[in-house]
Amino acid sequence: METDQLIRTLAADTEQRAWPVGLVLGLVLLPAALVSVAMFAAGLGVRADVMSAMGNPFFDLKFAVTLALASSAIVLALHLSRPEATLRGWAWLLLVPLILLFGGVAAEMMRPQRVPMMTRLIGSNSMLCLAAIPLLSLPLLVAALAGLRHGASTRPAVTGGIAGLLSAGLAATLYASHCTDDSPLFVATWYTIGTALVAAIGALAGQRVLRF
Amino acid sequence: MREREDDWTVLMRSAISGDSAAYHRLLRAVTPVLRAAAKRGLARAGQPTDQSEDIVQDILLAVHLKRHTWDADAPFAPWLFAIARNKLIDALRRRGRRVFVNIDDFAESLPGETAPESAPASEVAAQLHSLPARQRDVLQSIAVDSASIKDTATKFSMSEGAVRVALHRGLANLTAKLREH
Repeated sequence: METDQLIRTLAADTEQRAWPVGLVLGLVLLPAALVSVAMFAAGLGVRADVMSAMGNPFFDLKFAVTLALASSAIVLALHLSRPEATLRGWAWLLLVPLILLFGGVAAEMMRPQRVPMMTRLIGSNSMLCLAAIPLLSLPLLVAALAGLRHGASTRPAVTGGIAGLLSAGLAATLYASHCTDDSPLFVATWYTIGTALVAAIGALAGQRVLRF
Repeated sequence: MREREDDWTVLMRSAISGDSAAYHRLLRAVTPVLRAAAKRGLARAGQPTDQSEDIVQDILLAVHLKRHTWDADAPFAPWLFAIARNKLIDALRRRGRRVFVNIDDFAESLPGETAPESAPASEVAAQLHSLPARQRDVLQSIAVDSASIKDTATKFSMSEGAVRVALHRGLANLTAKLREH
């Protein structure tokens, strides 16, 4: 086929208007989130003392951190779905959840504590946390990658990693309502390891599936 | 060069609001620039430049199928060149070259510098045959026989809507096959 012929053919195909990437991403994340919520409800459930826990600022901080991570990652993923986009000027968004988290660690350090630091860090649920965040992330990660395929990222591994952060942020939000370890030290350790794992899976998968 | 790129942006804005003549003009205007850059990129990687037309067609298909990722408030050229660079890197990688493609290959093409079509492209034509029959027939009719959507609909006793759908799916499938190839 000559290039002129191809051009004429492309120009004939202008009726079909594609949806914006953000809309597609939202539409695929929604059912995936329902799957994750169902997995969470079936396997873990919200902790029994959730009403009193909400009075504890360190319990609430977990949600601030995980939701900040998820929203920063959504913004970055959509930004990177444009081919000319780079992380320059945008990567600071990922500092927002980190600053919240380490602000929490510092705040806890400054208070008198009954429980020793290492005990708080190791907590009582670390292995469950490490398994739950990646597992609850999986449906979301698959959906996020599928949605981002609609975009045109020229950095597929980075965008895949961001998709991992996005899904881990949402999954960790669910898990945080089950987990009785509220110390920011616990969150900074185990949530971070779980999230990094999902980000690595996302980057590896993204490198393959986000090419266009 | 600025002026040329501003023209492109204006044309692309009309194109995405449905002006197919503007779109046609735009694609014709960018093609020689893409061709020159593809040749330069191939030459720099020590590759024969007779595959440049395949790369040009690959870029045009990607531009077409990903045009919704262009932000209408942003200039068109950086978006176009990002896609073009990506496709050139892909093409060289598929030929087993680890290469660094210079951004300037695309960004600094001179206004007067355009390359004629040399060796014809073969990859799109080859993949055309592996499409489902209906998509292949519609694409062939519009691309090769220069038939309009309306004439194509009459020829295959399809509705115009069905022709448009087959055309769009055919182009998307073609692109997917080129990527796997």
